[in-house]
Amino acid sequence: MAESKGVMVYGEIAEGKLASITTELLGGGRRLADESKEELLCILIGDQVGEAPQQAIASGADKVYTAEDPLLKEYQTDSYVAVMEQAVKDLSPRILLLGQTSVGRDLAPRLAFRLGASLSTDCLELSIDPDTKLLQQTRSVFGGNARAIFASESLPQIVTVRQKAMSPLEPDKSKKGEITPIKVELDPAKIRTKVIETVKEEVEGIKLEDAEAIVTGGRGIGGPEGFKQLEELAKALKGAVGASRPPCDNGWVPDTLQVGLTGKIVTPELYIAVALSGASQHLAGCSGAKNIIAINKDPEANIFKEARFGVVGDWKQLLPAFTEKVKELLAG
Amino acid sequence: MNMIVCCKQVLDPEAPPASFKIDPGSNQVVPPPGVPPVISPFDEQAVEAALRIKDSQGGKITVLSLGNKLLRDVVKKPLSMGADELVLLEDEAFEGGDSWSIAYALAMAIKKIGEFDLIFCGRQAADWDAGQVGSGIAEILGIPSVTVAKKVEAVDGKARVERVIADGYQVVEVTLPALITVSNELGEARYATLKGIMAAAKKQPTIWKPADIGVDPSQTGAAGRRTKLVKLFQPVREGKCEIIEADSPAEAAAGLAVKLREAKLI
Ligand SMILES: Cc1cc2nc3c(=O)[nH]c(=O)nc-3n(C[C@H](O)[C@H](O)[C@H](O)COP(=O)(O)OP(=O)(O)OC[C@H]3O[C@@H](n4cnc5c(N)ncnc54)[C@H](O)[C@@H]3O)c2cc1C
Ligand SMILES: Nc1ncnc2c1ncn2[C@@H]1O[C@H](COP(=O)(O)O)[C@@H](O)[C@H]1O
Repeated sequence: MAESKGVMVYGEIAEGKLASITTELLGGGRRLADESKEELLCILIGDQVGEAPQQAIASGADKVYTAEDPLLKEYQTDSYVAVMEQAVKDLSPRILLLGQTSVGRDLAPRLAFRLGASLSTDCLELSIDPDTKLLQQTRSVFGGNARAIFASESLPQIVTVRQKAMSPLEPDKSKKGEITPIKVELDPAKIRTKVIETVKEEVEGIKLEDAEAIVTGGRGIGGPEGFKQLEELAKALKGAVGASRPPCDNGWVPDTLQVGLTGKIVTPELYIAVALSGASQHLAGCSGAKNIIAINKDPEANIFKEARFGVVGDWKQLLPAFTEKVKELLAG
Repeated sequence: MNMIVCCKQVLDPEAPPASFKIDPGSNQVVPPPGVPPVISPFDEQAVEAALRIKDSQGGKITVLSLGNKLLRDVVKKPLSMGADELVLLEDEAFEGGDSWSIAYALAMAIKKIGEFDLIFCGRQAADWDAGQVGSGIAEILGIPSVTVAKKVEAVDGKARVERVIADGYQVVEVTLPALITVSNELGEARYATLKGIMAAAKKQPTIWKPADIGVDPSQTGAAGRRTKLVKLFQPVREGKCEIIEADSPAEAAAGLAVKLREAKLI
């Protein structure tokens, strides 16, 4: 392998554009590359990458590598790992950043084991150690109860980064960069999975990840009817409804509403947590909210430790009056 | 259908957050007193996934747990749910491992077991939340993997897996043998039955040491790590919550709304 250098971002494309996780990684990656005076590379894989390479350059990349092939239409472990293995061997970056997304969670470990490299998943912060020049990888562990800082013992240093942990740069359309296609040689016989169907379970209205106000219900809501009331409040706030895990597990709401370590990561201005205890695994998904408001009948509930304002009481008695007053204030 | 399920013993992840303590000297978590360890919850659901296949078409389930001084009451739980055999990789040398050394030892043990159609793991262990060991085992064994499954069926030499993605799920078909990691969307794991508990009590686990599975000491436990833990700490919370109080719930609720308006949050 050639001498390792550069910071590489594995880019994801959503609906023909760079996914928000990728602009975040390019923002964070730019900072790391500048600090170590190296280049920022971005690799984009798909059947067609469209305008995403130009967007990656505007978002911070110096060089973009594209791998296009009809066999890469959908993410599949075998095909994507094969392309990434070749790219990492050819380009030998010192650091490889992926998102802690459906794709990154699957791709990163398999790739790391294939390359014999180390991986830290779900990182919240990355910095370069001034002495060793190695990447300090801060990740959330023990369900969010603790943080651990890891360092890799070998190159490349591979990490996945939690969504919204890093900030994108303001896109600069005048920025110049190189775009290089890479040759893909895939043997279809070596792709051992087949995607039969993709089923979207999106709910109507504003997406949780994009909402500036979120009303989240927990186990204490007790059933699907209660969530209708939360919806009414969310609607008044032009926001979205979320849930802790039990309402999803119990089928009161779709699984896609789950906020937390293994659900969505959200960072709204306003997060109203109703009848949920504030387990560390839940807070992992919402502690980036600017203002958490708690409604819970138990004054000792952990959520009050994270909240800015709170009311102790039964949500069934509190919520109707709260929603009504919110509507009145918003109308006047 | 020969199935293997990897189950890790972990500190109870749902113990109250206030009971969570770290010993800064050793960079280790201090087990909360009076809260027994558990099988990592996603691993119980991995056992459930295997049991559902066994229910519908028969088969044998072998459970693998790696650690040191594993509590028999804890690691036998999958047997009491209906798994057939338990193999413990139990030795001091397995301590302090990371995803690399753990996946390597588990893969070597699976090679020794030899016959398998499906291997199940949890999507991530509820202690270090890494989510790597399953994919690692599959890579070492050279078999395909499908991660974060909510439904698994085996048909005609293939598995049909519903894989959870951010906005829904994908139906993926994979050739066998394969490794599948399981998520909570699979649904709750069954309880142990009384009959199961009695049967489990009688069963003796097979215990393998590093040499039994042919792993080199330099690849085992702490010696086989590829990442270095620099520091383990608890994030500080500066939060201070203002509780809105009033004579009646309706007034408190209205008071909260007024507060949010004053703070320009609505
Ligand atoms: C590895 C792992 C990953 C996990 N990932 C996630 C995740 O991504 N997201 C997630 O949310 N959880 C996750 N969990 C589960 C998490 O540990 C908690 O079990 C879960 O968040 C608890 O949900 P809850 O707060 O709704 O329920 P509970 O903890 O049961 O709390 C219910 C709360 O409602 C209050 N209440 C009840 N009735 C009323 C009422 N009438 N009025 C007002 N208050 C009331 C109670 O006082 C209580 O505080 C994970 C767990 C593990 C082990
Ligand atoms: N010590 C262990 N013993 C048995 N299985 C394990 C062990 N460590 C990890 N696993 C399996 O690998 C999965 C993912 O673990 P991790 O990569 O550590 O998050 C777990 O859910 C288990 O199924």
